[in-house]
Amino acid sequence: MKTLARELLFPLIAVIAAFVVGGILILLVGDNPIDAYRLLLGSALSWPDGIGYTLFHATPLIFTGLAVLVGFRCGLFNIGVEGQLYIAAFATAWVGIELANRSSWFLIPLCFAAAILAGALWAAIPGVLKARFGSHEVINTIMLNFIAVSLVSYFTQYYYKVPGDPILQTAMIGENAHIPRLGSFIPGLPERIPLNVAFLLALLCCVLVYLFLWRTKWGYEIRATGSNPSAAEYGGISIRKQIVVAMAVSGALAGMVGINEVLGYRYRYYDGFSDNYGFTGIAVALLGRNHPLGVIFAALLFAMLQHGGIYVDGFSENVTKDIVQVLQGIIILFVAAESFFKWLVGRARPQANQLPRVRAVTQ
Amino acid sequence: MLELREITKRFGDVLANDHVNIVVKPGTIHAIVGENGAGKSTAMRIAYGFYTADSGEILVDGQVREIRSPHDAIALGIGMVHQHFMLVETMTVAENIVLGAEPGSSFALDLKSAAAQIRQLSEEFKLAVNPNEPVEHLSVGQQQRVELLKALYRHAKLLILDEPTAVLTPLEVEEFFGILRRMRAQGKTVIIITHKLSEVLAISDEVTVMRDGKVVGGVQTKDTNAAELARMMVGREVLLRVEKPDADVGRAALEVRNLSVTTATGAKRVDNISFQVRTGEIVGIAGVEGNGQTELIEALAGLVEPAQITGEIIIDGKNINAVSARARRELGISHIPEDRHRRGLLLDFNLAENSILGVHYRPPITRLAGNVFLDDGAIRRRATEIIEAFDVRPRNAALPARSLSGGNQQKLIIGREYHVNPKVLLVSQPTRGVDIGAIEFIHRQLVKLRDQGCAILLVSAELEEVTSLSDRLLVVHDGKIAGEVDPKVATLEEIGLLMTRGH
Repeated sequence: MKTLARELLFPLIAVIAAFVVGGILILLVGDNPIDAYRLLLGSALSWPDGIGYTLFHATPLIFTGLAVLVGFRCGLFNIGVEGQLYIAAFATAWVGIELANRSSWFLIPLCFAAAILAGALWAAIPGVLKARFGSHEVINTIMLNFIAVSLVSYFTQYYYKVPGDPILQTAMIGENAHIPRLGSFIPGLPERIPLNVAFLLALLCCVLVYLFLWRTKWGYEIRATGSNPSAAEYGGISIRKQIVVAMAVSGALAGMVGINEVLGYRYRYYDGFSDNYGFTGIAVALLGRNHPLGVIFAALLFAMLQHGGIYVDGFSENVTKDIVQVLQGIIILFVAAESFFKWLVGRARPQANQLPRVRAVTQ
Repeated sequence: MLELREITKRFGDVLANDHVNIVVKPGTIHAIVGENGAGKSTAMRIAYGFYTADSGEILVDGQVREIRSPHDAIALGIGMVHQHFMLVETMTVAENIVLGAEPGSSFALDLKSAAAQIRQLSEEFKLAVNPNEPVEHLSVGQQQRVELLKALYRHAKLLILDEPTAVLTPLEVEEFFGILRRMRAQGKTVIIITHKLSEVLAISDEVTVMRDGKVVGGVQTKDTNAAELARMMVGREVLLRVEKPDADVGRAALEVRNLSVTTATGAKRVDNISFQVRTGEIVGIAGVEGNGQTELIEALAGLVEPAQITGEIIIDGKNINAVSARARRELGISHIPEDRHRRGLLLDFNLAENSILGVHYRPPITRLAGNVFLDDGAIRRRATEIIEAFDVRPRNAALPARSLSGGNQQKLIIGREYHVNPKVLLVSQPTRGVDIGAIEFIHRQLVKLRDQGCAILLVSAELEEVTSLSDRLLVVHDGKIAGEVDPKVATLEEIGLLMTRGH
């Protein structure tokens, strides 16, 4: 209980501080921050549209937050989630188009597999490069983002676009590949809201990621590698293998964004669909303290800001939805500044092993 | 010269100093001994102004003084050399020494006169330090002398040295003690914080013993002995010499033939070494640190790329050069690494999670679905067994390994490596930074394991440890075996010569 409270403290401070600073900015542009925030949160939490859309927006963020988390737990910084989810979304759309006439029982699992495998394989590339040659995953994942985005644009433009369509998007996938919207079971939730079963899949993935990382030997090996690779190696764990496995799992989670987008929302691959989900996933994982439960809360918060921002844009005089970007930025800044806060707290209460400023030269 | 009166200091729940009284007479070498966490460093950091005491007073030359910062301490002629040196590697000796007390006017830095002054001090105390040498080119022993010069340059009359010999080789320790004696002869006062009793007896005039934040005794060094000091430190009778029966030696369990190990950058660290370790014996490896011991043990444990190894490593008659670290563990090789923080522990993991490292992937730790899931009950049982058998404190398997003292961390590692009943045990520096009470315990456990028929290869920088525990002793120098000696008859001088000269 005590550790949970401590884990929650810094994210909470970060969020509150962000709203305070954001409020000052709103005052400076000449609006009332209370009204703006009421509008922001009120519209994000209204039933059914607010809640429906907030959960819909949270779905990809949960997947990408989990993807980044798995990388972090292995000591890897997967900045390539964005590219991985594009490749995966295209792959699942491709299967949905090519095999459009097959039955749902066959097609939907195949589309799921396509998204998961495509994301895993695309992420495994920088994993293998790091394990085999020691090249840094941050550089390689960033570069693979550009390749992924261009590659799927190319295939969409030249092979899968409906001729004459002014929008860069593929043809529709077969109806048998559609996954149900939650509106079809939940009374009061209209089906036009794109919230779909991928959201439930995202929650399930949180549980699975937790079990995987903390309850299986594979997760132990990944976490040991992330915590202290030298000790992991000493304990007979192959670090190279963990790097590849963690990247693949991370990419598989990233790939599931494609399920939400293609099979549950647009029913086609729409070029440039991602609203920086992959990069926001980094913030979600950080704010969520690299824990699946934290990722859910962080994803919900960011989704609320995203959805509420649209209303702020439309209904307040001077504040635009850019305020959402500002709030997100400040939250990340404060989360990243955690060690600064710890230092402040530490200064007030000196630790027994505190040493002065000059770096120690030898052990 | 310096007197601490009724000093009390609390860190959170921990009473680090409890009404501490210490009197240090001018012109003496005063040793402060105690186990890790006894409060000796805290008391001295209070004297140096790093911490301020909650209550009590400090007297310098008979007058009560406020020491609020190291700056105040330096002004009163008190200098301190820390266990971890505070030097800027890329700067020269002179630049390091004047750092924070730069000579000359506000704009120009007068390094020349400073260098001359440093050279003079260096000659006076025979420190042999060149002021214009960059610090990164200096050996550890030389860096320590730079730290001493730093204090002397600031006109320190009293020097506080925190575990000064921890980083030195036996020969360097002798040289270092010579320097301290010269300082005493020049009228300086020295306080030396240590937990090595042989050094206390060799160098000090008076001793203050601390335990659990309190001063438990003060004696003249000439009136005491190691056994008495150890008893005061630990609070009970301590066996300093390892009692062991003769080895009951069997077949060769581990054999090394013409082994060479090269680093990734191409430097040869182990050079054509051959030896055997038989069941039921402890083979010691003595040598100055950095003469290939680390690489040898890591090569045997499977932590070096096979491409960097030539020669043969043989277990029970089979060549294991290409066998992975995990498969070597399955063959019965356990490894207690020299650096417990880097290799031995997952510091952010709790004790239970640490207790399964190396066996975490197989039953009884795993279960269900083809042994994929970790069995919490089995993990807890294993952790409890290790914690109880090896007296790891606090006895709470849910604590992170980081929160334990060095001695308890080491006991956890040893307990973990013993729990698999190893056939071959590779041990490096088993008692580094460990309290006397725990050292005795660890030594007894090693002998017990030997008597159960384990083949033990022991590397230690502590000559006394490696000679008293080993049945056979190999001395290494520059990656080669400089000689094998019988630890029962060889003198420390003989071994020391092999270590430094290599023949």
